[in-house]
Amino acid sequence: MMVVVDKGAAAGTDEGYFQLARAHRIAAAVVDPEIPVLTLEDLGVLRGVERRRGRIIVKLTPTYTGCPATQAIKLAVEAALTEAGMAKARVETVLSPAWTTDQITEQGRRKLVAFGIAPPARGARARSLFAEEAVTCPKCGSTATAKISEFGSTACKALWRCEACAEPFDYFKCL
Amino acid sequence: MSVAPAAPKSRRASKAQAIAQADASALFAYVVSLADDALVLGHRLSEWSGRAPMLEEDIALSNLGLDLIGQARLLYAYAGEVEGKGRGEDDLAYLRDEFAYANLLLVEQPNGDFAATMVRQLLYAAFMHLYWQALQTSADARLAEIAGKAVKEMAYHVRHAAEWVIRLGDGTDDSHARAAAALEELWTYTGELFEMEEGERALAQTGVAVDRATIRPAWDATVDRVLAEATLQRPAERWMQSGGRSGRHSEHLGHLLAEMQVLHRAHPGATW
Repeated sequence: MMVVVDKGAAAGTDEGYFQLARAHRIAAAVVDPEIPVLTLEDLGVLRGVERRRGRIIVKLTPTYTGCPATQAIKLAVEAALTEAGMAKARVETVLSPAWTTDQITEQGRRKLVAFGIAPPARGARARSLFAEEAVTCPKCGSTATAKISEFGSTACKALWRCEACAEPFDYFKCL
Repeated sequence: MSVAPAAPKSRRASKAQAIAQADASALFAYVVSLADDALVLGHRLSEWSGRAPMLEEDIALSNLGLDLIGQARLLYAYAGEVEGKGRGEDDLAYLRDEFAYANLLLVEQPNGDFAATMVRQLLYAAFMHLYWQALQTSADARLAEIAGKAVKEMAYHVRHAAEWVIRLGDGTDDSHARAAAALEELWTYTGELFEMEEGERALAQTGVAVDRATIRPAWDATVDRVLAEATLQRPAERWMQSGGRSGRHSEHLGHLLAEMQVLHRAHPGATW
C-alpha cells in the first residue's frame, strides 16, 4: 500500500516527511462508525496522504456509493487531524480503482471474527452472478450456515444463521 | 465580474469551440439521464421504508434505494461539473421540474404490490448490471470510474430481485398471479431501455456511452433464465411505451417529484 506522497514545497525536508507520516498515522487509526473495531487502515479505504500548497490532503475511497458512514468518516478524519494541529487538512474522495472487500487487511479480518462478524469471502471479482457463497460461523466455526437476508443492519452486511450453534450473525458481504 | 469572451482567432477555432460545447451539452444530458434513472428508482424504493412485508425486506429495499441514490449523487456531481454553471447535485435533483427529468418511464412506475416492485427491479437491474459493466471501459475516465463502483452494487440488486421473482412466480397461486400481472403491466416499458437519443448515439460512437443494442442479448438471457425458473411466461413482443428521455412522463412522476422536492423548495438553501 502507498504510504505517503508529498507533492508540496516541503518535500524532501524531514519536517515535511514527519508531518505527512503523522497525518497518515492519525487518519489510519480513525475507526469506522458502524463497525468500531475496524480502523480505516483495516478497512483498506485509505488511499494515501499528500501535501498540496501546505495543506494535508487525505485520500479516501468509499465502500458503497450510498453508505451514510462515508460522510461520517470524512468528518472524523478532519476532526482528528484538526485536533492534532492540522486544521486545514481536507479529505478527498477517490473512486478508482473501486474498493473491494479484498482490500480489508488480514488484521481487519481477524478483528471482524472477534467482533462476531463473518469476514467477506476472498476473490470478490471471481464470483459469478448467481453463485452461492460458503460462509463460516464467526461464533462456532461451523460451515453449516444459511443466508437469512442479503441485507443487514448496514449497507455492507448480510444476515446469516448458523445451523450448528443456532446463532444468527452478520456477514460482511463480498463486494 | 463579467468578462467578454475573446474573439475567435479563426473560423476553425470557433468551429472547434462550437463542437466542444455541443459535446459538453450532449454529455451533460446523457449523464443526467443516467442519474435521473437512479434517483427516481431510489426514491421509489425508499417509499417502502417502514412498510415492506417483512423486516428483512424493509431493510433490503432501503439498502437498494441508498445504493441508487449514491450512484445518482456521483452522476449529478459530474454532470454539474460538465455543465460548468455552478449547479451541484442538489440543484439538479431538487430544482428541476418533470419536463426536465429524463428518466425511463419504467423507474417512475408506482411500487404497486411487492411483486410489481420486484419485477420492476429485475428488469432495471438486469439491464444496468450489464450496462455499467460495459461502461467501465468508457472513453470518459470519470464515467468509467463511476461504472466501476456501480457495477458491483448492481450485481446484488439483480441477485436479490431474481430470487424474489423466482420465489413469487414459483410460489402460491396468488403470488404467481401477481408476478405475472406485474410482468404484463411493466413489459411495455422495457423497450425504452434500449432506445438512444441522438446525443447519446453520438457519444456511443466516440466510446463515451454504450450502444444499448449490444446489451440486448445478455439482458434477454438473464431475464429469460429467471422467468423460466419462476415459471413465468415472457410477454409477447408488442408496442412499447416511450418518452421519458425527452421529458414526456407518465402522470406518476409529478407526484413523486412533489414529495421528493417539497422540503428543499420550501426552505431554499437550508442546511443542518
